[in-house]
Amino acid sequence: MSQTTEFQGPPRQSFSIGKIWTDKRTRGLVIQLMATIAICAVILYLGNNVVENFQKLGKPFGFGFLQQESNYDINQTLIEYNSQSTHLRAAVVGILNTLLVAVCGIILASILGFILGVLRLSPNWLVNKLAYCYIEFMRNVPVLVHILLVHGILVHSLPKPKQAIEFADSFFLTNRGFFVPSPVTQPLFWVVIAAFVFGLIYAFWYRRNARIKQAATGEQSPVFWVMLGAIIGLPVLVFFLTGMPINWDVPELKGFNFKGGMALKPEFLSLWLALSLYTAAFIAEIVRAGIEAVNKGQTEAALALGLPRRRTLNLVVIPQALRVIIPPLNSQYLNITKNSSLAIAIGYMDIVATIGGITLNQTGREMECMLIVLGLYLFFSLTISSIMNWYNKRLALVER
Amino acid sequence: MSKITKLAAGAAVAALFAANTTTAGTLDDVKAAGHVKCGISTGVPGFAFTDDSGAWQGFDPAVCKAVAAAIFGDTSKVKYTTTTGKTRFTALASGEVDMLARNTTWTFSRDTDLKLDFVGVNYYDGQGFMIPTELGVESAKDLDGASVCIQTGTTTELNLADFFRTNGISYEAVPIETNDEARTNYVAGRCDVYTTDASGLAATRSSLENPSAHVLMPEIISKEPLGPLVRHGDSEWADIVRWTLNAMITAEELGVNSENVDSMATGTDNPEINRLLGSEGDLGAMIGLDKAWAWRAIKMVGNYGEVFDTYIGADTPIGLERGLNALWTQGGILYSPPFR
Repeated sequence: MSQTTEFQGPPRQSFSIGKIWTDKRTRGLVIQLMATIAICAVILYLGNNVVENFQKLGKPFGFGFLQQESNYDINQTLIEYNSQSTHLRAAVVGILNTLLVAVCGIILASILGFILGVLRLSPNWLVNKLAYCYIEFMRNVPVLVHILLVHGILVHSLPKPKQAIEFADSFFLTNRGFFVPSPVTQPLFWVVIAAFVFGLIYAFWYRRNARIKQAATGEQSPVFWVMLGAIIGLPVLVFFLTGMPINWDVPELKGFNFKGGMALKPEFLSLWLALSLYTAAFIAEIVRAGIEAVNKGQTEAALALGLPRRRTLNLVVIPQALRVIIPPLNSQYLNITKNSSLAIAIGYMDIVATIGGITLNQTGREMECMLIVLGLYLFFSLTISSIMNWYNKRLALVER
Repeated sequence: MSKITKLAAGAAVAALFAANTTTAGTLDDVKAAGHVKCGISTGVPGFAFTDDSGAWQGFDPAVCKAVAAAIFGDTSKVKYTTTTGKTRFTALASGEVDMLARNTTWTFSRDTDLKLDFVGVNYYDGQGFMIPTELGVESAKDLDGASVCIQTGTTTELNLADFFRTNGISYEAVPIETNDEARTNYVAGRCDVYTTDASGLAATRSSLENPSAHVLMPEIISKEPLGPLVRHGDSEWADIVRWTLNAMITAEELGVNSENVDSMATGTDNPEINRLLGSEGDLGAMIGLDKAWAWRAIKMVGNYGEVFDTYIGADTPIGLERGLNALWTQGGILYSPPFR
């Protein structure tokens, strides 16, 4: 008797209600379906309630108010704005102010954070411990306290405009802000800009060629010095050759305040400094962790291969450390952007203070204004996130 | 999160969740809760301040107390919520408070577009400027280029923009949330000028270290009728607050005060006093209260003049004259419709 054992696959089951729950796959589907329905129901309920309550209050819903005159002034604007401008323009002013402090904050926090992170790894006991104390102090005090503290120091301890601390007759430090000369370009200045753009293109072209050459022949070129010369040297040279086509608008004390030049207001300064100093402490820890995460064997292997120390750092340690650093760094950048909304505590006119504050208050459109603010922060955060994710992907380990 | 964001978000969430907050009569809600939820300012000397025991006192809380006295016969049955210029309307619209009694200017758009109801005026004010004497400025029109501390979310913010624009002079607006913050920034010299309602300036000036080193500009650049307000859509509740305020004004006009109100309540030969205090007719029933509502408000809080003199009058550190706020019979414009 020959018996063949056939593989029949999983036994076919007849359908029954109880199986929906006992079968792993259908159970998963059912749970997901129920969760989806529940979420939709909650959203629907909330949406319905909004509509109902708006009707009850007799409030219209719409964004037409953005076209009305704002009637209020803003003390720091990056674009032309006055009290005759629309609420929409006030919102844009707020958005730009938020972006300004976020971008400046990200830059300063990154620089400080990297320096501190490296100092934290220093074999020098004093340097190491100083960095440690700084980091622990900064990150264990709420950022709002830092902001208020810096603002308080700037406003209360700096002199009034008439007793301004001055440097070289053109920089003035007062409790109304730090006044610096602003550049006024003359027509010929475009030549300098053209030279800069040209230098930039040439530098990258040169670097590309140098790499190809090195790959082909092993010959090295002075990439750094050529790039430096092309990007900075050339424009500077052209600048002097064209007879320095730039004037400086120097701030001057006129009446109550300084006029002319550029002013970094105490509100901006304190928000920027406090956010950067605070976040730098977190970034320092991220950087330290990233560098320490690179196996010591990697450095030793690189050195054994005869790579100089600097190249070991640039080509072996940092690329691997960045893989660990980028994801948490991303969330710190998001934190800076979102924490910038604390601006309202010191009267920095960001998007929460303009559209989500004064406009909301003067027009009474809470729902619309909060939706705008919400949407904008979401947009900013997602944008930063996607940039950082793109960068992270580029750095990610490519397995061959 | 800052207060404004919190409140605005609160309002948004309230709009999301609150199903039936506004339709049930506010008076019923207040009675059920056992207290009046009253929005006041974060503190302006004389107008709203906490006493040694931490209880709110002042010209504005007095209105809340009068309403509580009219409804409950107990001035302590008020739950105070401090609001800034920016949070106040959201707090009222979302139902966090039942009424606002804080220096709030009655304007067209607030009364209509913001869906609020102003029920009267308890202080006729105007916007002024305060500046250190040492700066030697004599007129607000000489303030070209000055830094001006301004409470955000107020009418003064809008008036300020208008005033400087129409006079063709520039300024730097320094936005501030509360009167206290404004005072701190002004003292620190972050701004040259502080602008708000003249009464608020007088109050703030009285709290400075050396009041005589600061001077109010002669210009009053706006009309600021300040008064209590309620949400749109509940006229019965609005009536109660409105007529409680009117009762205090009428009481002064008729010579009724907290001292003599008991004897007058037994009946006088003035029918309006009798109607006001409930010994004749039943006005209270018409607003859903009992006969003695106005008697309680006057007995426990006082008439308008008494409240004024206690908190902000000429004999207090604030030292405000009655001026426009004198009764119409005494050269002012304070005028209550008749109790009939």
